[in-house]
Amino acid sequence: MKQMKTTELPRWATGFVLPVLNLLSALLVAALVIHLLGESPVESMKILVNSAIVNPEGLAYTLFYASTFIFTGLAVSIAMKAGLFNIGAEGQMYFGGLGLTLTVLAFDHTLSPWLLIPLAMLGSALFGALWAFLPGYLQAKRGSHVVVTTIMFNFIAASLMNFIIVKYLIPEGEQNPASRVFAESAALPTLNTWFPMFGDTPLNIGLPVAIVALVVYGVMVSRSSWGYQLRATGLNQHAAHYAGVRISRMIVVAMLISGALAGLAAVNSVMGSTHYLSLNFPAGAGFVGIAIALMGRQHPVGIFLSSVLFGALIQGGFDLSLEKPNIPVETFVFIQGLIILFCGAMENFYAPAVLKLINATRKG
Amino acid sequence: MEDFHIASIVVSTIRNAPVLMFAAMAGLFAERSGVVDIGLEGKILASAFVSAAVGYTTQNPWAGIAAGVAVSVVLAMVQAFVSITQKGNQLVAGIAINIAMSGLTFVVAQYIFQQGGRTPDLGSARLSDVVLPGTAALADVPFLGWFYANVIGGHSPLVYLAFALVPLVHWVVYHSRFGLRLRACGENPHAADAAGVSVEKTRYLAMLVAGILCSFSGAYLSIVQSGFFLRDMSAGAGYLALTALVFGNWRPLQTVLGCLMFGFFSAVQIQIEGVDLPVVGRIPGSLIQMIPYVVTVIVLAGLMAKSVAPKAIGKPFVKSR
Repeated sequence: MKQMKTTELPRWATGFVLPVLNLLSALLVAALVIHLLGESPVESMKILVNSAIVNPEGLAYTLFYASTFIFTGLAVSIAMKAGLFNIGAEGQMYFGGLGLTLTVLAFDHTLSPWLLIPLAMLGSALFGALWAFLPGYLQAKRGSHVVVTTIMFNFIAASLMNFIIVKYLIPEGEQNPASRVFAESAALPTLNTWFPMFGDTPLNIGLPVAIVALVVYGVMVSRSSWGYQLRATGLNQHAAHYAGVRISRMIVVAMLISGALAGLAAVNSVMGSTHYLSLNFPAGAGFVGIAIALMGRQHPVGIFLSSVLFGALIQGGFDLSLEKPNIPVETFVFIQGLIILFCGAMENFYAPAVLKLINATRKG
Repeated sequence: MEDFHIASIVVSTIRNAPVLMFAAMAGLFAERSGVVDIGLEGKILASAFVSAAVGYTTQNPWAGIAAGVAVSVVLAMVQAFVSITQKGNQLVAGIAINIAMSGLTFVVAQYIFQQGGRTPDLGSARLSDVVLPGTAALADVPFLGWFYANVIGGHSPLVYLAFALVPLVHWVVYHSRFGLRLRACGENPHAADAAGVSVEKTRYLAMLVAGILCSFSGAYLSIVQSGFFLRDMSAGAGYLALTALVFGNWRPLQTVLGCLMFGFFSAVQIQIEGVDLPVVGRIPGSLIQMIPYVVTVIVLAGLMAKSVAPKAIGKPFVKSR
């Protein structure tokens, strides 16, 4: 039977073709900028892929960064599902780091890793959620826009953490603004114990934990009645309210979960790599979460793939900046902005063209 | 000594406010037309860099300012294309511009000047302060001499431009044809459309004005205040300007009060840093830095003012058939 002309794109097009086209456009603009900086985009791409994917140790670093990004990506995604744009993942992650550090500093000489690590994760989730509570509450009860309040909370977190670290956490006699180094019991087990090809890299059990989080997220959001209420709130508050969803409560809960997930992102970077709390340790991972949520369209598989992509950009970008001083790591902050622009704000830029193409092939 | 503190707080309030005033007036045009402008921050940063870079290379601050205007307008047009023509998410577009500019300004500054993402000092290419006639004659008069030399006079031309803009913006928004259309598009675009006003054109024009005004904020930061460009030097000024807008109910005069309030807070911050205060003792700088942001949250929570946003803000206009 001949297929009818369609006015709506099939799922494979909106879920796969459009994001890939958008991503390619962002990378094309980035390539142009790299060309203008006097470097070869093709050669840069080769260095990037070699360093981040082909080399097994590089791949381990890529996946290590991705484990952090999966959590910040999930944090932004779950809020987005409720119609909230949480820009505060950065500050929530920073505070999550404080929660886990306080837990570890209190117990790392007394508890076994089996108890300490879950407890520290709980601490990070709790503090992250705490930092997201007020923006959520103000949005729900006072209508203060969560975008601006979370931005403010990022700034407040930066100053407050600076104060807390410098005033209370620097060990006596030290100058470096960081907490003391954690005991061995607080180190996340690395994956190279089981996969020796990853060599001496910080890739740790944070990755399987992040994948579990992705699965739980997928089931909760798409398969549970709570997830249905969450999505209904995001799509149409009035309709959701009419169907019996308590909107204010939903908004606060979504922000709490979002903050907890952002807080958990701290576990991988602090307990998996540095082993102490340092100034500005999130280093933009919260903002990367925004790009990931938009690029992955808040779908677990999409979030995973985008997180790996960003992990590769960070890892490859670092090596690239060593070889090509004209392409510093900040170039990837710019690329991140481009990806948010093309995959987020202009997500339907290519939709009319793709639609035309599909209709043309069906007619023929 | 006590008086000296208050005097310098007054003077630095006047000098701090223009960064926020230009940006807030820019945001006022954008948001009154119905386009959310979260991207003020990125436009400030981009124009701050370009103004400093061109100002330094040509050794002419006005050339720098002109280049800053051009860049800010380009960004505003990208934002307008995404928000108006593409009907994309306006918040996302703004955030994208902010993040992209935070990276790109560093990369280009590093590429051109090789000073860690900083531009060289502008030196004599900074805008000099205006000395009003008769300052010397009045210098010996108590209070009045100081007031004339430091409060009324003695500022950069851009400071005067910022304050002169306030009545102008008020007139444009409330008493001109364009202002009427602007407000109509922000409140009820369908009614405006039915009355024969092109919503798209009005919003594009509003974004053009926003781009021009916002660039002065960046130029003021780099050419007037610091004399160089520094990575991420806007430090949230774009967001503070937005908050002043919320605080001022999207009205020019009240918005300026909000800007002056934030300018006052950062002036106080510099004054009380490292000073032993009664009762609380010495407050660390990192806590003082938080003040404007905490105040912002309090304002947003509606504890200081009740504000009503333009009704159609953030919603792309889809012409009804």
